[in-house]
Amino acid sequence: MAELTPISNTFATLRAENRLAFMPFVTAGDPDLAMTQDLIRGLSDAGVHLIEVGFPYSDPIADGPVIQASYTRALGGGVTVDGILKAVAEVNTDETPLLAMVSYAIVFRHGVEKFIADAKAAGFAGFIIPDLPGAEAAECFELVRSQGLDLVQLVAPTTPRERVQEILKSCSGFVYCVAVAGTTGERANVADALLDQLRWLREETDLPLAVGFGISKPEHVDPLRQVADGVIIGSGIVRQLEPTSDGQLDRNGAMQAIADLTTKMVNATSGS
Amino acid sequence: MPTATAQVPDQLGRFGPFGRRFVPETLMHALDQLTEEYERAKADPEFQEQLEGLLHTYVGRPSPLYFAERLTKEARGAQIYLKREDLNHTGAHKINNTVGQTLLTLRMGKQRVIAETGAGQHGVATATACARFGLDCVVYMGEEDIRRQQLNVFNMRTMGAEVRPVTSGSRTLRDAVNEAMRDWMASVENTHYILGSVVGPHPFPMIVRDFQAVIGREARQQCLDTVGRLPDEVIACVGGGSNSAGMFYPFIEDEGVALTGVEAGGRSDQPGDHASPLSYGQPGILHGSYSYVLQDDDGQTLDVHSISAGLDYPGVGPEHSYWKDTGRVCYTTCSDDDALATFQKMARLEGILPAIESSHAVSQALKAAANRSPDDVILVCLSGRGDKDVKEVARLTGQVL
Repeated sequence: MAELTPISNTFATLRAENRLAFMPFVTAGDPDLAMTQDLIRGLSDAGVHLIEVGFPYSDPIADGPVIQASYTRALGGGVTVDGILKAVAEVNTDETPLLAMVSYAIVFRHGVEKFIADAKAAGFAGFIIPDLPGAEAAECFELVRSQGLDLVQLVAPTTPRERVQEILKSCSGFVYCVAVAGTTGERANVADALLDQLRWLREETDLPLAVGFGISKPEHVDPLRQVADGVIIGSGIVRQLEPTSDGQLDRNGAMQAIADLTTKMVNATSGS
Repeated sequence: MPTATAQVPDQLGRFGPFGRRFVPETLMHALDQLTEEYERAKADPEFQEQLEGLLHTYVGRPSPLYFAERLTKEARGAQIYLKREDLNHTGAHKINNTVGQTLLTLRMGKQRVIAETGAGQHGVATATACARFGLDCVVYMGEEDIRRQQLNVFNMRTMGAEVRPVTSGSRTLRDAVNEAMRDWMASVENTHYILGSVVGPHPFPMIVRDFQAVIGREARQQCLDTVGRLPDEVIACVGGGSNSAGMFYPFIEDEGVALTGVEAGGRSDQPGDHASPLSYGQPGILHGSYSYVLQDDDGQTLDVHSISAGLDYPGVGPEHSYWKDTGRVCYTTCSDDDALATFQKMARLEGILPAIESSHAVSQALKAAANRSPDDVILVCLSGRGDKDVKEVARLTGQVL
């Protein structure tokens, strides 16, 4: 059997301890890369289990308004892929695997092989490419695996069960289970349909199941405890970085708010 | 790359290497459903009959092929014929597609339609077809375009459509596409997205091309009937590329017919000054499809400029990329200034106010005709009428309305 990837290793450890993974998302370069570095360090120190780093893209159809606005702010600040890779390389997160959440438009423009190699060199352990679904990802999946990294695929509420095996062929690390149809954002409840889907997904695969899109608070964790292996929060974190109406961002306040949410989520996912 | 054929796309939506589906998983099932339903509709004589009937009695097809005598004299060369899509109901070719896709919506049992629009022509055509069939209609339109195209916004609202302003990004067409796709991801169970051009993920580039191919089929037959042979050259403007795809497609395997697509050359060939991905861009991903696109070195979409809101788009349909790389279609550009001058020339010489988009094609036709013999025949797709542009033309020529 092949050696465990950093991401698989993290899930294996958590599973043995009967805990869920908590995986926050941050936009690289919002408001600047120094803050992103502080956030990655802070989140890692606070005990999150994996971190998704979003690469800002000009036309992000998979993301909701909060994350798109954050991408727009980051691009307005002049962030580039090379800048992100350099900033990430400077942050030592050996304890916490990092995933690149990145549009295929960006990966393709850089050259798929080169992007994967450069991201690996910067310390990324895996990739989520939300606009590279199912069989379209087959080639990219081989390249990612040959580097000993993971390519995570999404399963949506609209995904028919008969399509899942095709998706899983190009998926490793964990399955990103989209909680609600639609784009990322915060929602009030965890839907029954999601729980049903997680139960049949569990019958289809041994890969860990992580739930994102619409997860924003500790109360969302409990219903998922028996059916999922991890939870992802994106918009709930990113919105803390929205500047106030005067265009200013209270950096310390934002860091504090994110730290508070993180502590609650780490406790919720670790709690029994 | 081998010679271009009309037998594209394949099952995966590939035109040569171009096209495919680069969209979130949430949309994959809907795209599969749409593909299946479209294949069934295509093979259903009743559907085809209903579509033809509507195109005839509601849209006003067939549109005439008109010999532009004074334009021909002006060019002092080949004979110029205009395919008069400007005479369609709602004043442009867009209605060919929206009527077809509205019938598909009804077949799928969906009650709600969404669409994106730039200049507003596709929005109006969608609102029109939805009003005709009593479907709910939401049109996404960039805030900047709403300001520039108030007449079309008024028309859409009058026909019962909701026009939703898009305030993200550049607040133009490409952001309207983003918003429409987002809406669709959350509403796909009861909503059909009527995409307005031959862009986006499979099967849209195929469906829109097929519904627009009525332009080329008619023009080809009309040319045979009036001239007695096929044309020497066919010319159309290319934004996303729907009127040109519809005009060119029936001629693809007619090897003796030269095909020329005209992109928006804008102010210059510098990034941000034009909207010509086939002439100045490179292959990449935008809006769910692999095709030529205007991007920076990081894969971020570049801002574009054109005098024409309908051509103001950084991407282009994947079949055009296929035609470019196979060499089947030659792509060139026309500047803002030349398009404007041609708009005025058409008005004075032919008594036709063309859409500023179509003026790009006519401008190229004048150049091409001048280099050809008087025995040669050029067909130009006059994709729309110019009423919507008079305010902008007046502003640019220093006149007061």
